[in-house]
Amino acid sequence: MSVLLEMQSISKTFPGVRALDDVTVQVREGEIHAICGENGAGKSTLMKVLSGVYPHGTYEGVIRFAGQEARFRGIHDSEAAGIVIIHQELALVPLLSIAENIFLGNEQARGGVIDWRETYRLTEGLLAKVGLREAPTKPVGDLGVGKQQLVEIAKALSKNVRLLILDEPTAALQENDSQKLLDLLLELKAQGVTSIIISHKLNEVRRVADRVTVIRDGATVSTLDAHAGEVTEDRIVRDMVGRDMAHRYPERVRNPREVLMEVKGWSAKHPEHMDRDFVRNVSFSVRKGEIVGIAGLMGSGRTEFAMSLFGRSWGKDIRGSVRIGGREVDVSTVPRAIGAGLAYVTEDRKALGLILDEPIVTNISLANLRGVSKSGVLDEAAEQRVATRYKAAMNIRTPNVFQRVVNLSGGNQQKVLLSKLLFTEPQVLILDEPTRGIDVGAKFEIYGIMNKLADEGRGVVMISSEMPELLGMCDRIYVMAEGAFVGELTAAEASQEKIMSLIVREHEAQEHIEMEAAHG
Amino acid sequence: MADVNNTRLGPGERGVGGLREGEGLSVNGRSGAAYLKDNLREYGMLLALIAIVAFFVILVRAMIGVDFLNPQNITNLFLQNSYVIIMALGMLLVIVAGHIDLSVGSVAAFVGAVAAVLTVNMDWPIYAVIPAGLVVGGIIGAAQGYWIAYWRIPSFIVTLAGMLVFRGLTLWLLGGQNIGPFPNSFQSLSTGFVPDIFGPDRPNYLALVVAVVAAVAILFMGVRSRARNIAHGMEAEPGAIFWIRNGIMAAALVFVGWKLAGFRGIPNVAVSMAVLTILYAFLAESTTLGRRIYAIGGNLKAARLSGINADRLTFFTFVNMGVLAALAGMIVTARLNSATPKAGTGFELDVIAAVFIGGASSAGGSGRIVGAIIGAFIMGVMNNGMSILGIGIDYQQVIKGLVLLAAVIFDVYNKSK
Repeated sequence: MSVLLEMQSISKTFPGVRALDDVTVQVREGEIHAICGENGAGKSTLMKVLSGVYPHGTYEGVIRFAGQEARFRGIHDSEAAGIVIIHQELALVPLLSIAENIFLGNEQARGGVIDWRETYRLTEGLLAKVGLREAPTKPVGDLGVGKQQLVEIAKALSKNVRLLILDEPTAALQENDSQKLLDLLLELKAQGVTSIIISHKLNEVRRVADRVTVIRDGATVSTLDAHAGEVTEDRIVRDMVGRDMAHRYPERVRNPREVLMEVKGWSAKHPEHMDRDFVRNVSFSVRKGEIVGIAGLMGSGRTEFAMSLFGRSWGKDIRGSVRIGGREVDVSTVPRAIGAGLAYVTEDRKALGLILDEPIVTNISLANLRGVSKSGVLDEAAEQRVATRYKAAMNIRTPNVFQRVVNLSGGNQQKVLLSKLLFTEPQVLILDEPTRGIDVGAKFEIYGIMNKLADEGRGVVMISSEMPELLGMCDRIYVMAEGAFVGELTAAEASQEKIMSLIVREHEAQEHIEMEAAHG
Repeated sequence: MADVNNTRLGPGERGVGGLREGEGLSVNGRSGAAYLKDNLREYGMLLALIAIVAFFVILVRAMIGVDFLNPQNITNLFLQNSYVIIMALGMLLVIVAGHIDLSVGSVAAFVGAVAAVLTVNMDWPIYAVIPAGLVVGGIIGAAQGYWIAYWRIPSFIVTLAGMLVFRGLTLWLLGGQNIGPFPNSFQSLSTGFVPDIFGPDRPNYLALVVAVVAAVAILFMGVRSRARNIAHGMEAEPGAIFWIRNGIMAAALVFVGWKLAGFRGIPNVAVSMAVLTILYAFLAESTTLGRRIYAIGGNLKAARLSGINADRLTFFTFVNMGVLAALAGMIVTARLNSATPKAGTGFELDVIAAVFIGGASSAGGSGRIVGAIIGAFIMGVMNNGMSILGIGIDYQQVIKGLVLLAAVIFDVYNKSK
């Protein structure tokens, strides 16, 4: 197979940081090439070099694309050459239709007047190619994230793409959408499209990639060939973190004690669709020293349930009771929930968790300003002591606590968010996707912190889409589907298959009910 | 807080601890020039103010042959700009919280009219009129804040409505006429001076003593907070820049005090302004209330999930704005010695401009009281200087608009670097 892209000895320096140090990547025509590395390893920088965001001349090394040396001065040049990047954050306009989005900036027009017939005709062809059965006129905002991703790919295909780059394409997708997307990649490969996929999800990498380039600390560590049997998760992890990782989950002596929190009959309605319960009659308990998991697909109501529990931060018409430490507690507002000893660590740390432009110290004290003030007057010295203590305890890697949070890596941001809620001294913590979008090393640290919190006698509730993580960490796992808890498994009996079958059974039951209702 | 220390940390402990892209490059001990470059925004506006003052000193001397910084004109600068500064304090909080208040000019006019009716037509004494005016302002702020905070109606719309409503009510209350003149007691709100405790003779030693005390206090507090920052490992200003900046501030204060001493001493409004400025700077920077207002402007959802009652705080910022607009309205009325239907027209724009020139972000979450004060003085000095030079109101507006635009462009440019 011929080589389509060759990035030879690429180095890129920012003031004070050598982000890329002699990286070499070779992508062959018609293959799926995965690039793996921890957050901050330099993957994004490398892609920015490739796409011309960092124009020719601002880096060292040579890029050869389709046999010619490429000197891109901007994204325009790289797109003209046939390189299209689909970013983690999708670049679609929600109020415009699928067709309008696909041809945005590339309108099928004559003299400025759009030829809608041609636009729709082409769109239909592209949608068929990516396997999306939706009307071209449908607003993109009405589609789920998975389908939006497909629109992005259709958009890339409309530009006669030669090299498709997907940055964490499945990060926001639930299991079956992820599978569909990966299938599509394989299908496109069969049609001759070359792609680069950047992903943290190693099982996905193993499934689709022909070859894998691993980057660590801005340098190429290895290039593994799947057809030579070199691509295994353990090998990738070893290369990514620079050591063997026999145990992906830290050891813990499991020692659950008496029941700490008990939720009974919790229901909530969707704020906009008030016709029926979105969270349906959920009951569960957490013991002291226990880590309890909530498994379920995205959209199953896990986050909505947790947020409705935490000071009614989501939903309407919320019913149910909560007992903590044997006493019925009031969790009807966030301050009351915090006062009752409950803490919720959001899955969306940027939008809902942190004030990105503020320094670490301000973020950590935010949920408990009383703890660093006297009669309403802040004690800045005390505030800094608190932040410094957490920086050390959580191993937040940054020179000092005055760094703005926006400049931290995902793992460090997550630690700041955890610190903020720990400073409210909670008895029960609900961690919603605590390891989303952070690298392997930081994940291990977060797991260690969770174990420590359980050892201290707190109750930990972990919501996660990654089943291996739940199986590796939890003492018990509740399975959620369609807004209800549909099963409870102990660590010993739980497996991915069992969880999935519980979810599927509930989906089928719901469909059955809906069919019955439809038939009157 | 139970101890989360000693958490066993696995793989992550190795090399990833190094600096990541763009992360934490600031370290102590860099050169003064590099520091200044990185914090240009902080100093830029102060330098701009000094440059503008210097510009007018030279130009006024060259063209009219008088000293721009003569005692009477410095006194005038305070009298003319007190209302902008007082309202900028409230507007800063409103803007930091992520909102805007377009109604302040109309509210100021309306409360001025109320005060006039109470004082002139109904013979209320000043000690009853002032509290009544402030209460009216607070009620107006509450009425607007209620819709903004609890009904989530955009502040731009609510206060645009308020701008029209209270302008109309001012006209109605005054019946289209001016009401005045006021008794001396009310006028002293604006045009009065603090009596010199060292005796009635000139120069007014009190002004000088107060200025020197204030200058020393600024230096003392600066040294103390710098020492504290260094002790906590925070990036401190390089020594030279610290002393130059504080030296300029202290010198400017003593200079102003000395000039005021040569005229009639400290104007009453300067006292209200100084007290309010210190109070609001303290509130914004050192209280939980202030911190929470910055938090709701910085990330409303995160603030709510942190247990902060964002609705109540938003409501408070508007009540507060109403009270300050009322105070400003009464001061303006006292200064003009009559309540007029057209009073306060365009004030909202001066005030909002001052806050943005002072570095506040239109997205909310950032901005400082000191910045807003400097912004207000920049506007004030330009107004005053251009009037002395006899520049027409037409050109004045153009120039002020361009300065506002330039300041914000400068801001955006600085952030994008």
